[in-house]
Amino acid sequence: MNILFKIIRYQIHDISRSKWLLFYTLFFFLITYGLISFSNDQSKVILSLLNVALIIIPLVSIIFGTVYLYNNKDYIVLILSQPIKRKILYLGLYLGLVIPLAFSFVIGTLIPLIILGKNIPVQIMLILFLFAAGLFQTSIFVSISFLIATWNENKILGLGLSIFTWLLFSVLYDGLLLLMINIFQNYPLEKALIGFSVFNPVDLARILVILKLDVAALMGYTGAVFQKFFNTNFGIVVSFLFLIGWTVIPLMIGKRKFSKKDF
Amino acid sequence: MITIDNLCKRFGSLEALKNVSAEIKKGSITYLVGPNASGKTTLIKSILGLVKPTSGTIILDGEILNGNFRYREKIGYMPQIASFPENLTVEEIVNMIKNFRESTKTYDEELIDKLILQKEFKKRLKNLSGGTRQKVNACIAFLFNPDILILDEPTAGLDPVSSSILKDKILSEHKNGKTIIFTSHILSELEELAEQVFFLLEGQIRFNGTKDKLINFTEKQNLERAIASIMIGG
Repeated sequence: MNILFKIIRYQIHDISRSKWLLFYTLFFFLITYGLISFSNDQSKVILSLLNVALIIIPLVSIIFGTVYLYNNKDYIVLILSQPIKRKILYLGLYLGLVIPLAFSFVIGTLIPLIILGKNIPVQIMLILFLFAAGLFQTSIFVSISFLIATWNENKILGLGLSIFTWLLFSVLYDGLLLLMINIFQNYPLEKALIGFSVFNPVDLARILVILKLDVAALMGYTGAVFQKFFNTNFGIVVSFLFLIGWTVIPLMIGKRKFSKKDF
Repeated sequence: MITIDNLCKRFGSLEALKNVSAEIKKGSITYLVGPNASGKTTLIKSILGLVKPTSGTIILDGEILNGNFRYREKIGYMPQIASFPENLTVEEIVNMIKNFRESTKTYDEELIDKLILQKEFKKRLKNLSGGTRQKVNACIAFLFNPDILILDEPTAGLDPVSSSILKDKILSEHKNGKTIIFTSHILSELEELAEQVFFLLEGQIRFNGTKDKLINFTEKQNLERAIASIMIGG
Protein backbone atom coordinates (compact mmCIF):
# COMPACT_ATOMS: atom_id res chain seq x y z
CA MET A 1 0.00 0.00 0.00
CA ASN A 2 2.79 2.28 1.02
CA ILE A 3 4.56 1.74 -2.29
CA LEU A 4 1.33 2.54 -4.15
CA PHE A 5 1.15 5.99 -2.59
CA LYS A 6 4.79 6.63 -3.42
CA ILE A 7 4.27 5.72 -7.07
CA ILE A 8 1.23 7.99 -7.23
CA ARG A 9 3.09 10.82 -5.54
CA TYR A 10 6.03 10.79 -7.94
CA GLN A 11 3.76 10.50 -10.91
CA ILE A 12 1.70 13.48 -9.83
CA HIS A 13 5.00 15.36 -9.44
CA ASP A 14 5.91 14.47 -13.00
CA ILE A 15 2.55 15.10 -14.66
CA SER A 16 1.72 18.28 -12.79
CA ARG A 17 4.77 19.85 -14.43
CA SER A 18 3.58 18.95 -17.90
CA LYS A 19 2.44 21.98 -19.85
CA TRP A 20 -0.41 19.98 -21.35
CA LEU A 21 -2.02 19.72 -17.97
CA LEU A 22 -1.74 23.47 -17.58
CA PHE A 23 -3.43 23.99 -20.94
CA TYR A 24 -6.13 21.57 -19.92
CA THR A 25 -6.86 23.47 -16.70
CA LEU A 26 -6.73 26.78 -18.52
CA PHE A 27 -9.12 25.49 -21.16
CA PHE A 28 -11.81 24.65 -18.61
CA PHE A 29 -11.19 27.91 -16.84
CA LEU A 30 -11.72 29.94 -20.02
CA ILE A 31 -14.75 27.95 -21.17
CA THR A 32 -16.48 28.22 -17.81
CA TYR A 33 -15.55 31.87 -17.45
CA GLY A 34 -16.84 32.61 -20.94
CA LEU A 35 -20.08 30.70 -20.53
CA ILE A 36 -20.94 32.39 -17.25
CA SER A 37 -20.09 35.80 -18.69
CA PHE A 38 -22.39 35.27 -21.67
CA SER A 39 -25.39 33.83 -19.91
CA ASN A 40 -27.01 34.09 -16.55
CA ASP A 41 -29.25 31.10 -16.92
CA GLN A 42 -27.77 28.33 -14.79
CA SER A 43 -29.30 25.50 -16.84
CA LYS A 44 -27.78 26.84 -20.02
CA VAL A 45 -24.36 27.27 -18.45
CA ILE A 46 -24.32 23.83 -16.90
CA LEU A 47 -25.68 22.20 -20.05
CA SER A 48 -23.08 23.86 -22.29
CA LEU A 49 -20.34 23.05 -19.83
CA LEU A 50 -21.52 19.45 -19.75
CA ASN A 51 -21.47 19.19 -23.52
CA VAL A 52 -17.94 20.56 -23.73
CA ALA A 53 -16.75 18.36 -20.87
CA LEU A 54 -18.25 15.23 -22.40
CA ILE A 55 -16.36 15.76 -25.64
CA ILE A 56 -13.06 17.03 -24.26
CA ILE A 57 -12.54 14.94 -21.13
CA PRO A 58 -12.85 11.53 -22.84
CA LEU A 59 -10.64 12.68 -25.72
CA VAL A 60 -7.88 14.10 -23.53
CA SER A 61 -8.03 11.24 -21.02
CA ILE A 62 -7.83 8.49 -23.59
CA ILE A 63 -5.06 10.12 -25.67
CA PHE A 64 -3.03 11.24 -22.65
CA GLY A 65 -3.33 7.79 -21.07
CA THR A 66 -2.30 5.89 -24.19
CA VAL A 67 0.61 8.18 -24.99
CA TYR A 68 1.78 8.21 -21.39
CA LEU A 69 2.06 4.44 -21.20
CA TYR A 70 3.82 4.16 -24.55
CA ASN A 71 6.26 6.98 -23.86
CA ASN A 72 7.19 5.68 -20.45
CA LYS A 73 7.75 2.08 -21.41
CA ASP A 74 11.45 2.12 -20.49
CA TYR A 75 10.70 3.84 -17.23
CA ILE A 76 8.12 1.16 -16.45
CA VAL A 77 10.78 -1.47 -17.13
CA LEU A 78 13.11 0.27 -14.72
CA ILE A 79 10.46 0.33 -11.98
CA LEU A 80 9.58 -3.30 -12.64
CA SER A 81 13.19 -4.28 -12.08
CA GLN A 82 12.80 -2.98 -8.53
CA PRO A 83 11.13 -5.15 -5.90
CA ILE A 84 7.63 -3.93 -6.76
CA LYS A 85 4.53 -5.93 -7.62
CA ARG A 86 3.24 -5.39 -11.12
CA LYS A 87 -0.34 -4.96 -9.93
CA ILE A 88 0.69 -2.18 -7.57
CA LEU A 89 2.63 -0.40 -10.31
CA TYR A 90 -0.35 -0.56 -12.69
CA LEU A 91 -2.73 0.88 -10.12
CA GLY A 92 -0.14 3.49 -9.18
CA LEU A 93 0.33 4.61 -12.77
CA TYR A 94 -3.44 4.70 -13.24
CA LEU A 95 -4.26 6.73 -10.16
CA GLY A 96 -1.24 8.92 -10.71
CA LEU A 97 -2.73 9.95 -14.03
CA VAL A 98 -6.42 10.11 -13.09
CA ILE A 99 -5.88 12.29 -10.02
CA PRO A 100 -4.08 15.21 -11.74
CA LEU A 101 -6.43 15.09 -14.76
CA ALA A 102 -9.54 15.10 -12.58
CA PHE A 103 -8.08 17.79 -10.35
CA SER A 104 -7.38 19.96 -13.40
CA PHE A 105 -10.98 19.74 -14.56
CA VAL A 106 -12.42 20.48 -11.12
CA ILE A 107 -10.08 23.41 -10.45
CA GLY A 108 -10.49 24.86 -13.94
CA THR A 109 -14.27 24.80 -13.63
CA LEU A 110 -14.59 25.66 -9.97
CA ILE A 111 -12.55 28.88 -9.90
CA PRO A 112 -14.73 30.82 -12.38
CA LEU A 113 -17.85 29.42 -10.70
CA ILE A 114 -16.65 30.85 -7.40
CA ILE A 115 -15.53 34.17 -8.87
CA LEU A 116 -18.65 34.79 -10.93
CA GLY A 117 -21.04 32.57 -9.01
CA LYS A 118 -22.71 35.44 -7.26
CA ASN A 119 -24.11 36.69 -10.57
CA ILE A 120 -26.18 33.58 -11.06
CA PRO A 121 -27.57 31.23 -8.49
CA VAL A 122 -26.25 27.74 -9.16
CA GLN A 123 -27.46 24.69 -7.32
CA ILE A 124 -24.64 22.99 -5.44
CA MET A 125 -26.14 19.58 -6.20
CA LEU A 126 -26.05 20.29 -9.90
CA ILE A 127 -22.39 21.23 -9.80
CA LEU A 128 -21.61 18.11 -7.83
CA PHE A 129 -23.34 16.04 -10.48
CA LEU A 130 -21.39 17.83 -13.20
CA PHE A 131 -18.13 17.11 -11.36
CA ALA A 132 -19.14 13.50 -10.82
CA ALA A 133 -19.80 13.20 -14.56
CA GLY A 134 -16.38 14.71 -15.34
CA LEU A 135 -14.55 12.55 -12.82
CA PHE A 136 -16.18 9.40 -14.14
CA GLN A 137 -15.28 10.34 -17.71
CA THR A 138 -11.66 10.77 -16.62
CA SER A 139 -11.46 7.52 -14.67
CA ILE A 140 -13.29 5.54 -17.36
CA PHE A 141 -11.32 6.77 -20.34
CA VAL A 142 -7.91 6.55 -18.66
CA SER A 143 -8.84 3.01 -17.66
CA ILE A 144 -9.75 2.17 -21.27
CA SER A 145 -6.59 3.84 -22.58
CA PHE A 146 -4.40 1.80 -20.22
CA LEU A 147 -6.11 -1.37 -21.38
CA ILE A 148 -5.50 -0.45 -25.03
CA ALA A 149 -1.86 0.49 -24.46
CA THR A 150 -1.18 -2.66 -22.43
CA TRP A 151 -2.83 -4.87 -25.01
CA ASN A 152 -1.07 -3.47 -28.07
CA GLU A 153 2.66 -3.17 -28.47
CA ASN A 154 2.19 -1.11 -31.60
CA LYS A 155 1.97 2.56 -30.74
CA ILE A 156 0.26 3.65 -33.94
CA LEU A 157 -2.37 0.94 -33.66
CA GLY A 158 -2.93 1.72 -29.99
CA LEU A 159 -3.37 5.40 -30.64
CA GLY A 160 -5.71 4.68 -33.54
CA LEU A 161 -7.82 2.39 -31.36
CA SER A 162 -7.98 5.07 -28.68
CA ILE A 163 -9.20 7.72 -31.08
CA PHE A 164 -11.70 5.29 -32.55
CA THR A 165 -13.01 4.39 -29.08
CA TRP A 166 -13.50 8.06 -28.31
CA LEU A 167 -15.22 8.65 -31.64
CA LEU A 168 -17.42 5.63 -31.08
CA PHE A 169 -18.70 6.69 -27.67
CA SER A 170 -18.84 10.42 -28.32
CA VAL A 171 -20.29 10.55 -31.80
CA LEU A 172 -20.97 7.27 -33.59
CA TYR A 173 -22.94 5.59 -30.83
CA ASP A 174 -25.58 8.32 -30.69
CA GLY A 175 -25.74 8.40 -34.45
CA LEU A 176 -26.35 4.67 -34.60
CA LEU A 177 -29.02 4.94 -31.93
CA LEU A 178 -30.78 7.69 -33.89
CA LEU A 179 -30.59 5.59 -37.00
CA MET A 180 -32.10 2.68 -35.12
CA ILE A 181 -34.91 4.84 -33.72
CA ASN A 182 -35.61 6.03 -37.23
CA ILE A 183 -35.71 2.55 -38.71
CA PHE A 184 -37.80 1.01 -35.93
CA GLN A 185 -39.98 4.03 -35.24
CA ASN A 186 -43.13 1.96 -35.29
CA TYR A 187 -42.00 -0.15 -32.37
CA PRO A 188 -41.85 0.73 -28.67
CA LEU A 189 -38.12 1.28 -28.16
CA GLU A 190 -37.94 3.16 -24.86
CA LYS A 191 -36.84 0.25 -22.70
CA ALA A 192 -34.31 -0.84 -25.30
CA LEU A 193 -32.90 2.68 -25.43
CA ILE A 194 -32.33 2.69 -21.69
CA GLY A 195 -30.58 -0.62 -22.16
CA PHE A 196 -28.39 0.74 -24.94
CA SER A 197 -27.47 3.93 -23.15
CA VAL A 198 -25.91 2.15 -20.17
CA PHE A 199 -23.40 0.63 -22.56
CA ASN A 200 -22.09 4.06 -23.43
CA PRO A 201 -20.32 5.76 -20.52
CA VAL A 202 -20.65 9.19 -22.14
CA ASP A 203 -24.42 8.85 -22.46
CA LEU A 204 -24.73 7.59 -18.92
CA ALA A 205 -23.01 10.66 -17.56
CA ARG A 206 -25.00 12.98 -19.79
CA ILE A 207 -28.30 11.47 -18.72
CA LEU A 208 -27.38 11.82 -15.06
CA VAL A 209 -26.78 15.55 -15.32
CA ILE A 210 -29.59 16.31 -17.74
CA LEU A 211 -32.14 14.64 -15.52
CA LYS A 212 -30.85 16.57 -12.56
CA LEU A 213 -31.39 19.73 -14.63
CA ASP A 214 -35.09 19.01 -15.19
CA VAL A 215 -34.84 19.61 -18.89
CA ALA A 216 -35.51 15.98 -19.70
CA ALA A 217 -38.76 16.98 -21.34
CA LEU A 218 -36.64 18.62 -24.03
CA MET A 219 -35.44 15.17 -24.90
CA GLY A 220 -38.90 14.30 -26.11
CA TYR A 221 -40.76 11.09 -25.55
CA THR A 222 -37.69 9.02 -24.69
CA GLY A 223 -36.64 11.77 -22.29
CA ALA A 224 -39.79 11.19 -20.34
CA VAL A 225 -39.08 7.48 -20.20
CA PHE A 226 -35.54 8.17 -19.04
CA GLN A 227 -36.87 10.50 -16.39
CA LYS A 228 -39.26 7.87 -15.17
CA PHE A 229 -36.47 5.37 -14.86
CA PHE A 230 -33.45 7.45 -13.93
CA ASN A 231 -34.76 10.21 -11.77
CA THR A 232 -35.89 7.88 -9.10
CA ASN A 233 -33.14 7.24 -6.60
CA PHE A 234 -32.99 3.70 -7.85
CA GLY A 235 -32.17 4.94 -11.34
CA ILE A 236 -29.38 7.16 -10.06
CA VAL A 237 -27.89 4.29 -8.08
CA VAL A 238 -28.09 2.01 -11.12
CA SER A 239 -26.35 4.50 -13.37
CA PHE A 240 -23.63 5.15 -10.80
CA LEU A 241 -23.08 1.42 -10.55
CA PHE A 242 -22.70 1.19 -14.32
CA LEU A 243 -20.25 4.10 -14.33
CA ILE A 244 -18.22 2.36 -11.64
CA GLY A 245 -18.36 -0.82 -13.69
CA TRP A 246 -17.07 1.06 -16.72
CA THR A 247 -14.09 2.20 -14.64
CA VAL A 248 -13.32 -1.02 -12.81
CA ILE A 249 -13.81 -3.65 -15.52
CA PRO A 250 -11.30 -2.27 -18.09
CA LEU A 251 -8.93 -1.53 -15.20
CA MET A 252 -9.07 -5.11 -13.94
CA ILE A 253 -8.65 -6.61 -17.42
CA GLY A 254 -5.73 -4.25 -18.05
CA LYS A 255 -4.16 -5.16 -14.73
CA ARG A 256 -4.34 -8.87 -15.56
CA LYS A 257 -2.80 -8.26 -18.98
CA PHE A 258 -0.09 -6.10 -17.41
CA SER A 259 0.76 -8.79 -14.86
CA LYS A 260 1.30 -11.39 -17.58
CA LYS A 261 2.99 -9.15 -20.10
CA ASP A 262 6.59 -9.40 -21.35
CA PHE A 263 8.58 -6.19 -21.19
CA MET B 1 23.78 -18.55 -7.47
CA ILE B 2 21.47 -18.51 -10.46
CA THR B 3 20.45 -21.77 -12.07
CA ILE B 4 18.73 -21.62 -15.42
CA ASP B 5 17.09 -24.86 -16.46
CA ASN B 6 15.75 -25.55 -19.94
CA LEU B 7 14.50 -22.03 -20.41
CA CYS B 8 12.38 -21.41 -23.52
CA LYS B 9 10.77 -18.20 -24.63
CA ARG B 10 8.61 -17.67 -27.67
CA PHE B 11 7.37 -14.34 -28.96
CA GLY B 12 4.68 -15.48 -31.36
CA SER B 13 6.51 -17.47 -34.02
CA LEU B 14 9.91 -16.20 -32.95
CA GLU B 15 11.88 -18.44 -30.62
CA ALA B 16 13.98 -16.04 -28.59
CA LEU B 17 15.40 -18.66 -26.24
CA LYS B 18 15.66 -22.38 -26.94
CA ASN B 19 16.33 -24.72 -24.04
CA VAL B 20 18.87 -22.53 -22.36
CA SER B 21 20.50 -24.15 -19.35
CA ALA B 22 23.26 -22.47 -17.45
CA GLU B 23 24.65 -21.85 -14.03
CA ILE B 24 25.96 -18.54 -12.80
CA LYS B 25 28.09 -18.93 -9.71
CA LYS B 26 28.03 -16.55 -6.81
CA GLY B 27 30.78 -13.98 -7.09
CA SER B 28 31.53 -14.56 -10.75
CA ILE B 29 31.59 -12.14 -13.64
CA THR B 30 29.61 -13.52 -16.53
CA TYR B 31 29.80 -12.01 -19.94
CA LEU B 32 26.93 -12.57 -22.35
CA VAL B 33 27.99 -12.22 -25.92
CA GLY B 34 26.31 -12.82 -29.23
CA PRO B 35 25.13 -11.03 -32.34
CA ASN B 36 22.13 -8.72 -32.26
CA ALA B 37 18.83 -10.46 -31.53
CA SER B 38 20.55 -13.58 -30.20
CA GLY B 39 18.51 -13.53 -26.99
CA LYS B 40 20.89 -11.81 -24.56
CA THR B 41 18.42 -9.22 -23.38
CA THR B 42 15.60 -11.77 -23.23
CA LEU B 43 17.74 -13.95 -20.97
CA ILE B 44 18.53 -11.00 -18.69
CA LYS B 45 14.92 -9.93 -18.60
CA SER B 46 13.82 -13.45 -17.71
CA ILE B 47 16.08 -13.35 -14.66
CA LEU B 48 14.52 -10.01 -13.72
CA GLY B 49 11.00 -11.35 -14.19
CA LEU B 50 10.30 -8.81 -16.92
CA VAL B 51 9.80 -11.55 -19.47
CA LYS B 52 7.70 -14.57 -18.53
CA PRO B 53 9.33 -17.77 -19.80
CA THR B 54 7.25 -20.10 -22.00
CA SER B 55 8.77 -23.07 -20.20
CA GLY B 56 11.71 -23.89 -17.98
CA THR B 57 12.73 -22.51 -14.62
CA ILE B 58 15.14 -20.05 -13.11
CA ILE B 59 16.27 -20.58 -9.55
CA LEU B 60 17.91 -17.68 -7.77
CA ASP B 61 19.53 -18.49 -4.40
CA GLY B 62 17.20 -21.46 -4.00
CA GLU B 63 14.04 -19.53 -4.89
CA ILE B 64 12.10 -20.46 -8.02
CA LEU B 65 11.06 -17.37 -9.93
CA ASN B 66 7.39 -17.38 -10.81
CA GLY B 67 6.02 -13.90 -10.51
CA ASN B 68 7.44 -13.23 -7.05
CA PHE B 69 9.04 -9.83 -6.65
CA ARG B 70 10.93 -9.63 -3.36
CA TYR B 71 14.03 -11.32 -4.78
CA ARG B 72 14.65 -8.23 -6.91
CA GLU B 73 15.92 -6.52 -3.75
CA LYS B 74 19.11 -8.48 -4.40
CA ILE B 75 19.47 -7.23 -7.96
CA GLY B 76 20.74 -3.99 -9.41
CA TYR B 77 19.78 -3.62 -13.06
CA MET B 78 21.13 -1.22 -15.61
CA PRO B 79 18.95 -1.40 -18.73
CA GLN B 80 20.17 -0.73 -22.24
CA ILE B 81 18.03 2.36 -22.68
CA ALA B 82 17.76 4.83 -19.85
CA SER B 83 14.40 6.48 -19.61
CA PHE B 84 12.75 8.29 -16.75
CA PRO B 85 9.73 10.54 -16.29
CA GLU B 86 10.67 13.61 -18.29
CA ASN B 87 9.65 16.27 -15.80
CA LEU B 88 11.39 14.91 -12.72
CA THR B 89 14.85 16.05 -11.66
CA VAL B 90 17.78 13.66 -11.25
CA GLU B 91 17.62 14.09 -7.50
CA GLU B 92 13.93 13.19 -7.44
CA ILE B 93 14.57 10.07 -9.51
CA VAL B 94 17.31 8.91 -7.16
CA ASN B 95 15.10 9.60 -4.14
CA MET B 96 12.19 7.87 -5.80
CA ILE B 97 14.11 4.64 -6.32
CA LYS B 98 15.45 4.89 -2.76
CA ASN B 99 11.85 5.18 -1.60
CA PHE B 100 10.86 2.11 -3.58
CA ARG B 101 13.63 0.04 -2.00
CA GLU B 102 13.06 0.80 1.60
CA SER B 103 14.69 -2.33 2.91
CA THR B 104 18.13 -1.05 1.93
CA LYS B 105 19.33 1.57 4.34
CA THR B 106 22.95 2.04 3.38
CA TYR B 107 23.66 3.43 -0.04
CA ASP B 108 26.71 3.06 -2.21
CA GLU B 109 27.12 6.54 -3.61
CA GLU B 110 30.69 6.11 -4.81
CA LEU B 111 29.65 6.17 -8.44
CA ILE B 112 27.59 9.34 -7.98
CA ASP B 113 30.69 11.05 -6.57
CA LYS B 114 33.09 9.72 -9.16
CA LEU B 115 30.86 10.52 -12.11
CA ILE B 116 30.21 13.95 -10.56
CA LEU B 117 26.51 13.50 -10.93
CA GLN B 118 25.68 15.94 -8.14
CA LYS B 119 26.04 18.86 -10.47
CA GLU B 120 23.18 17.49 -12.59
CA PHE B 121 20.93 16.83 -9.59
CA LYS B 122 18.67 19.83 -10.07
CA LYS B 123 18.20 19.34 -13.81
CA ARG B 124 15.10 17.77 -15.27
CA LEU B 125 15.56 14.50 -17.09
CA LYS B 126 14.30 15.87 -20.39
CA ASN B 127 17.19 18.34 -20.44
CA LEU B 128 19.88 15.68 -20.02
CA SER B 129 22.00 14.20 -22.78
CA GLY B 130 21.90 10.48 -23.53
CA GLY B 131 25.26 9.88 -21.85
CA THR B 132 24.20 11.66 -18.67
CA ARG B 133 21.01 9.61 -18.53
CA GLN B 134 23.15 6.52 -18.83
CA LYS B 135 25.21 7.72 -15.85
CA VAL B 136 22.04 8.15 -13.80
CA ASN B 137 21.12 4.65 -14.83
CA ALA B 138 24.47 3.26 -13.71
CA CYS B 139 24.37 5.07 -10.37
CA ILE B 140 20.93 3.67 -9.63
CA ALA B 141 22.04 0.12 -10.41
CA PHE B 142 24.95 0.32 -7.94
CA LEU B 143 23.19 2.46 -5.33
CA PHE B 144 21.71 -0.34 -3.24
CA ASN B 145 24.77 -2.50 -2.88
CA PRO B 146 22.97 -5.45 -4.50
CA ASP B 147 24.39 -8.98 -4.47
CA ILE B 148 23.74 -9.37 -8.17
CA LEU B 149 24.45 -6.72 -10.79
CA ILE B 150 22.91 -7.06 -14.21
CA LEU B 151 24.31 -4.61 -16.72
CA ASP B 152 22.97 -4.49 -20.25
CA GLU B 153 25.60 -2.78 -22.40
CA PRO B 154 26.72 -0.61 -19.50
CA THR B 155 29.31 1.48 -21.31
CA ALA B 156 27.31 2.22 -24.46
CA GLY B 157 27.02 5.98 -24.82
CA LEU B 158 29.49 6.83 -22.09
CA ASP B 159 32.61 8.91 -22.71
CA PRO B 160 35.98 7.13 -22.17
CA VAL B 161 36.53 8.69 -18.75
CA SER B 162 33.12 7.68 -17.39
CA SER B 163 33.36 4.33 -19.04
CA SER B 164 36.65 3.52 -17.29
CA ILE B 165 35.23 4.75 -13.98
CA LEU B 166 32.34 2.36 -14.48
CA LYS B 167 34.64 -0.52 -15.38
CA ASP B 168 36.76 0.10 -12.29
CA LYS B 169 33.60 0.05 -10.23
CA ILE B 170 32.56 -3.25 -11.79
CA LEU B 171 35.95 -4.78 -10.93
CA SER B 172 35.91 -3.46 -7.39
CA GLU B 173 32.40 -4.80 -6.82
CA HIS B 174 33.60 -8.11 -8.15
CA LYS B 175 36.34 -8.10 -5.53
CA ASN B 176 33.63 -7.50 -2.92
CA GLY B 177 32.08 -10.80 -3.96
CA LYS B 178 29.22 -9.52 -6.10
CA THR B 179 27.79 -11.63 -8.89
CA ILE B 180 27.96 -9.66 -12.12
CA ILE B 181 26.25 -10.39 -15.41
CA PHE B 182 26.83 -8.07 -18.31
CA THR B 183 26.44 -7.82 -22.04
CA SER B 184 28.48 -5.75 -24.41
CA HIS B 185 29.62 -5.60 -27.98
CA ILE B 186 32.93 -4.06 -27.02
CA LEU B 187 35.29 -7.01 -26.91
CA SER B 188 38.06 -5.23 -25.08
CA GLU B 189 35.68 -5.15 -22.13
CA LEU B 190 35.43 -8.87 -22.32
CA GLU B 191 39.22 -9.22 -22.08
CA GLU B 192 39.33 -6.77 -19.22
CA LEU B 193 36.41 -7.89 -17.13
CA ALA B 194 35.04 -11.31 -17.86
CA GLU B 195 35.76 -14.66 -16.27
CA GLN B 196 32.97 -16.74 -17.59
CA VAL B 197 31.64 -16.35 -21.12
CA PHE B 198 28.23 -17.36 -22.46
CA PHE B 199 28.05 -17.18 -26.19
CA LEU B 200 24.47 -16.97 -27.42
CA LEU B 201 23.43 -17.57 -30.99
CA GLU B 202 19.83 -17.72 -32.16
CA GLY B 203 18.56 -18.26 -28.64
CA GLN B 204 20.94 -21.07 -27.72
CA ILE B 205 24.08 -21.09 -25.65
CA ARG B 206 26.81 -22.17 -28.07
CA PHE B 207 29.70 -21.79 -25.72
CA ASN B 208 29.90 -21.72 -21.96
CA GLY B 209 33.20 -21.55 -20.13
CA THR B 210 36.12 -19.38 -19.14
CA LYS B 211 37.69 -17.00 -21.60
CA ASP B 212 40.90 -19.02 -21.82
CA LYS B 213 38.87 -22.04 -22.74
CA LEU B 214 37.19 -19.97 -25.46
CA ILE B 215 40.53 -19.14 -27.04
CA ASN B 216 41.64 -22.76 -26.94
CA PHE B 217 38.29 -23.91 -28.23
CA THR B 218 38.50 -21.81 -31.38
CA GLU B 219 42.28 -22.06 -31.78
CA LYS B 220 42.59 -18.32 -32.36
CA GLN B 221 45.26 -16.10 -30.85
CA ASN B 222 42.97 -13.64 -29.05
CA LEU B 223 39.46 -13.24 -27.81
CA GLU B 224 38.26 -10.89 -30.49
CA ARG B 225 39.14 -13.37 -33.22
CA ALA B 226 37.79 -16.23 -31.15
CA ILE B 227 34.41 -14.53 -30.78
CA ALA B 228 34.34 -13.48 -34.40
CA SER B 229 35.04 -17.00 -35.50
CA ILE B 230 32.05 -18.46 -33.61
CA MET B 231 29.84 -15.62 -34.77
CA ILE B 232 30.63 -16.39 -38.36
CA GLY B 233 29.64 -19.95 -37.63
CA GLY B 234 32.70 -21.83 -36.52
